Amino acid sequence: MNKTLSTSAWVAVALLGAGAVGVVAVRRGEPINALWLVVAATCCYALGYRFYSSFIAAKILALDSRRATPAERLENGRDFVVTNKWVVFGHHFAAIAGPGPLVGPVLAAQFGYLPGTLWVLAGAVFAGCVQDFVILLFSVRRDGKSLTEMAKEEIGRVGGFVAYTAVIAILVILLGVVALIVVNALKDSPWGTFTIAMTIPIALLMGLYLRRIRPGKVLEVSILGFILVLLSIWGGQWASQTPRIASVFTLQGTTLAELIIVYGFAASALPVWLLLAPRDYLSTFVKLGTIALLGIGIVVLHPTLHMPALTRFVDGSGPVFAGKIFPFAFITIACGAISGFHSLISSGTTPKLIARETEARMVGYGAMMCESAVAIMAIIAACVLQPGVYFAINSPAGVVGSTATAATATISSWGFPVTAADMLALAHAVGEQTLFNRTGGAPAFAVGMAHIFSQSLGGATVMALWYHFAVMFEALFILSILDAGTRVARFMIQDALGHIYRPLGRTSWYPSILATSAVIVAAWGYFLWQGVKDPLGGINSLWPLFGIANQLLATVALCLATTIIIKMHRTRYAAVTLVPLLWLVAVTFTASWQKILDRNPRIGFLAQARVLAAGPATGATARLIFNNRLDAAVTAVLVVMVALVLIESVRQWVAVLSGREESRVKESPFVMTRLAEDRA
Amino acid sequence: MSRLVKAARILLAALREIFDESAYERFLHRTQMASSPSAYAAFRQEFEESKARRPKCC
Repeated sequence: MNKTLSTSAWVAVALLGAGAVGVVAVRRGEPINALWLVVAATCCYALGYRFYSSFIAAKILALDSRRATPAERLENGRDFVVTNKWVVFGHHFAAIAGPGPLVGPVLAAQFGYLPGTLWVLAGAVFAGCVQDFVILLFSVRRDGKSLTEMAKEEIGRVGGFVAYTAVIAILVILLGVVALIVVNALKDSPWGTFTIAMTIPIALLMGLYLRRIRPGKVLEVSILGFILVLLSIWGGQWASQTPRIASVFTLQGTTLAELIIVYGFAASALPVWLLLAPRDYLSTFVKLGTIALLGIGIVVLHPTLHMPALTRFVDGSGPVFAGKIFPFAFITIACGAISGFHSLISSGTTPKLIARETEARMVGYGAMMCESAVAIMAIIAACVLQPGVYFAINSPAGVVGSTATAATATISSWGFPVTAADMLALAHAVGEQTLFNRTGGAPAFAVGMAHIFSQSLGGATVMALWYHFAVMFEALFILSILDAGTRVARFMIQDALGHIYRPLGRTSWYPSILATSAVIVAAWGYFLWQGVKDPLGGINSLWPLFGIANQLLATVALCLATTIIIKMHRTRYAAVTLVPLLWLVAVTFTASWQKILDRNPRIGFLAQARVLAAGPATGATARLIFNNRLDAAVTAVLVVMVALVLIESVRQWVAVLSGREESRVKESPFVMTRLAEDRA
Repeated sequence: MSRLVKAARILLAALREIFDESAYERFLHRTQMASSPSAYAAFRQEFEESKARRPKCC
């Protein structure tokens, strides 16, 4: 009876999901309700988790709850700690959920809501969740080793070297891109800049509270900090309306870029834990709270999507970024579908906390599903806007024109009517002077979020507060990624340099700290500066570059996973990682080819360099030409390196399958768990 | 009701882990120190040396 009931329930879920996906995919010409996306996503995730992840767990990974994990065997109270599975889940989700699943889907909404939604759902269930799950389990079975170490052991030295280089490259490009998003969100915005500036004294106050008054009471002080941040948002309105103060906080993009570069260097090089740690906690608190709030808001208010299912820009002529759906939608949306970066988290802290192998399914597969749900929320936030408004915010001046009249005329001519008066009214409603050319995704997401919330909580009168809350939320946790990412990259470079000259590897030796911090900050600062100066808004060049780098890392992770599966004699199931791998190879290699060699100057780096060289020479021309050639070179180097890993992996597979090489995985030996059920 | 309490406990434990309160408690237990400004400073120092290396995703 129970089995019949269960089967009937799952058949109902499948039918409901199929119906909802059908409505999302087939409905044309009239707006649909966001709830269809929510239902489609919920059913897909439920089916994927219940059936696909359990299939992988049983048939490929053979999860064994009796096998002691590194958290148990190597427990030291520091890195290796046996932890409750829900606690690990929260920890893992907090680490993987960054601005990527919010920004990427907003940018890709230029194609309409359909391509992004389908990619987020299929990509997560069949690729992203699978990658996070299998890499987590493989790391658990190897004493919590990192992706780089595992790639070196299982694929060979080339695999390890490429994984290491790809991580550094991704970090550098990522930091440059996210810094650019903050600059674009805050430029000429005294309210936003004031609020973010206020987080510095708030963080200092939190730091003092933590150190002097209530040592270690982070949750308590985070709640206090959150209240103070809310007050600073409210104070930002006053600041923006007081001419003398507003003039201090009204900054150009270049000034903001300089300030962020200085901040990044200070965050990496100086012992400013008093400032950085509290800001990090504050950003995590705000991030988790806002994601939960947005999810509730979308379900309760279920707004209507005004963006069509598909726009005319599927042909590659999009103003937000150039290029067709294939491959660029799959490069632009990474974190919500599959992100190579997650494999670093799955082989970082998380495998050292898992109490039982069987919990890897919920943590690895389940947390990625939640991340994917965040991406669906971002698609909804972008698509509730009128398309004309969406394109006015996200299109760079170099594409639509630098005046309000020119921009609205261009966008209206695409079939997305919008007027200068509409945009002015919207800008005033959210407390800004203008919303034109706010590229980067963050402002559009903030307007969408404010739009959703203002339908109920306080109405249009508090739309400005919601908008600046959303901007603060994005800027705050992007800044925390900037300082954490810069330090992680610094440590990685110091580790490598330590092999050449030992003192350079010492993380407490100041000459090494200053030198390596300067190298990392100069690298991402260069990309940031390039983006700020780019007449096409920077995002057009840098986000695809970041997407390519990130998906190439996923390619390395899936090469590793497929290699291990074949070595485990589970070749008949290798398609589980091989198919996503082949898809990513097709996507990333096509995108790289087009970004380097396409004849359209809006797509191809080299074509753009040629157009610039042929045009009138201005002061910035030589720099722009160099930037484009540099971007082409970076892309080419990454692709060649990943191609090497791919070749090396295929060589391994052939050797193992043909019997020329012994099939031996480098797992830690089996040790029976001693954990009682209640402790795990 | 007991399930609700259990769920609330787990949520609080997850938040305490995410916000490093549990890590600080483990540090105090491991080093046999009482919570104090100097103990917290030592914990932060150790954190900087090891856990600050952990990446955060985009």
